[in-house]
Amino acid sequence: MRGLRTTALTVAAVLLIASLAGSLFARFDYIRQDRQHVAAGPSAAHWLGTDDLGRDRLARLLHGTRVSLLLAPAAAALSMLLALVFGAAPGFCGRFPERAAKTAIDLFLSVPWLFLLLMVRAMLPLNTSPAASVTITFLVLGILGWAAPARILLARAQSLRQSDFILLARSTGISHRQLVCRHVIPNLRPVLVAQFWISVPVFVLAEANLSILGLGVAEPMPSLGSMLRELESVLSFRGDLCRFAALVMLIVIVSSLQIVADQPEVY
Amino acid sequence: MWTAILRRLVLAVMTVVAGGLISAMLVRYAPGFGTDERQLDARLSSDSIQAIRNSNAEERNVAGYFAGRAYRLLHGDLGTSRSLNRPVRQLLTERVGVTCSLAGKGLVSAWIAAALLVFAAWIAPTPALRVFTGVCSGMLLCLPAGVLALLAIVVNGPAYVCIALIVFPKVHRYLGNLVAASSTMPHIITARAKGISAPRVFFWHVVPVIRREVLALAGVSTSLAIGAAIPVEALCGIPGVGQLAWQSALARDLPLLINVSMLVVAFVVLANSGADLLAGERSQPA
Repeated sequence: MRGLRTTALTVAAVLLIASLAGSLFARFDYIRQDRQHVAAGPSAAHWLGTDDLGRDRLARLLHGTRVSLLLAPAAAALSMLLALVFGAAPGFCGRFPERAAKTAIDLFLSVPWLFLLLMVRAMLPLNTSPAASVTITFLVLGILGWAAPARILLARAQSLRQSDFILLARSTGISHRQLVCRHVIPNLRPVLVAQFWISVPVFVLAEANLSILGLGVAEPMPSLGSMLRELESVLSFRGDLCRFAALVMLIVIVSSLQIVADQPEVY
Repeated sequence: MWTAILRRLVLAVMTVVAGGLISAMLVRYAPGFGTDERQLDARLSSDSIQAIRNSNAEERNVAGYFAGRAYRLLHGDLGTSRSLNRPVRQLLTERVGVTCSLAGKGLVSAWIAAALLVFAAWIAPTPALRVFTGVCSGMLLCLPAGVLALLAIVVNGPAYVCIALIVFPKVHRYLGNLVAASSTMPHIITARAKGISAPRVFFWHVVPVIRREVLALAGVSTSLAIGAAIPVEALCGIPGVGQLAWQSALARDLPLLINVSMLVVAFVVLANSGADLLAGERSQPA
C-alpha cells in the first residue's frame, strides 16, 4: 500500500512539474490561435491537435493541469483552516460551543454541496477577468468545503478534550496555549493531513463540474473542466481521440490523489 | 417512538427553514447580488433600468424578506419566479416527479449493482473480482457528474444511469468495507468454521450486523443522488428540480432559489431522518 501511495504521489508530482515546465517551454501559448489548423488532429506542430478555435490542445492541457494542481491544494488548505476554526476549536472548548458548531455543520451538510457551489458561484460577478474567475472558483470551493472536514475534526477534538493525557496535562498547570500547541495540534495533525488529501481530488472534480456547467473558469483561461466541454462535440469529430486528453488527465490526477488520500488508519 | 418521530419532524422543519435562510443569505451577500443583465440592454431607457434596479429592492433586507416569504409559505403561497414568470408552486409541482423518478431509478440501480457485487465477492472472493470491482469503482470515483452526463448524451443512454454511476462507487466501497469488517467478528468466523454455507452466513449473520450502517448509507446516498441530479438534468435537458436549480442560479432568481433550496434540503433531511428512525427502531430490543 505504501509503495502504491508513493507511486501515486510521484505521478502527481511529475504531472505538476510537467505542467509547470511545459508552460514555460511550450511552442504555443494556450491562448494563441492557429487559424490554419482548426480542430486539427495530432501533428508535429501540435502534438495533441488543436481545439475548435485552433488553440494548441497540449498547451491548454498543461496550463489546465497547472491550475488544478496548484489551486485545488490551496483551496483545500483554506478549507482545513476554516474546519480547524469552526470544527476543532469549538470541539475542544466545551459542550455549548461544540453543540453550536455541530448544528451549524449539520445545517451546511444538509444542503447538497454542488447545489451550494452552483448558487454562490452564479451569484458572483460574471464580468470578471479569466484570472479572477479562476481565483473566485477555487476560493468558493475553499470557503464552502469546510463542513465535512470540520465534522471529523470536531469529533476528534471532542475525544481529545475528554482524554486522560489532556486531563493529566491540565492538572500539571500547563497554560492553555502550551496545551494547544504541544498536545492538541500534534494530535489533530494526522486527521487534518488526511482530510486535506481527501479534499484536493474532491475540489478538482468540483471545479470540473462547475466548468462543465459554464460556471467555472472563464475563457480563454483553460482548466481541466472547461476542456471537458469538448466532449460535447465528440460525435461530430469521430476518430479524434485527443478530445479525450483532458478526461484522461483528470482521471490520472484524481486517481493519484485518491490513492494518496487513502489512509484508513487515520480517519 | 412517537416522541422520537415528532422530535425528528420538528428538527427537520427547523433544518429546512434554516437551509432556506442560509441560501438566501449566501445569495444576498454575494458580490454580484442585484446585478441584472437587462441593465446592459442599450434599448432600455434610464427609467426602465432604474425600475429593474428597484425591482429587487425588497430583497436587500434578507431577514425581512425571508420572514415575509416564510409567512406567505405558511399560507401556501410560494411566490412567482422572476425569470420564468410563473408561480413557483406550479414549477415545482411539474418537476418534482421527474427528479424523484430520475434519482429513484438511479439509486435503486446503484444499490442493486453494489449489493450484487459485494455479495458476489463474499461468495467467491477471487482476486480477479476484487481487482475488477476496485478498478471500476475507482475509475467512476474519478469522473465528475458532468462528464457522465455528457457521455450519456454522446451514447444516447438513459440519464438515470449517470446517477447510478455516481452513487454506485461510494455505496459499493462503503458496503464492501462494512462486510469486510464484519467478516472478522468472532460469531461470523465461528459460523463459517461450523460449515454453514456462505449465503446463509451473509443473510443471517452479516446483514443483521451491518443493518444500521446500511440504513444510514441509504440516507446519505439520497443526498448524493439529488446533488448529482443537478448537472445531469442541466446537461441532458431533463425538466426536473435540478435543472430548475441551475436555471434559477444562473438567472439570480431569489424567490425560486429559496424555494428550490428548501425543497432540496427537505428531501435530504427527510431521507436521513427516515433512515435514522428505521435504524433506531430496528435496533430496539423486542
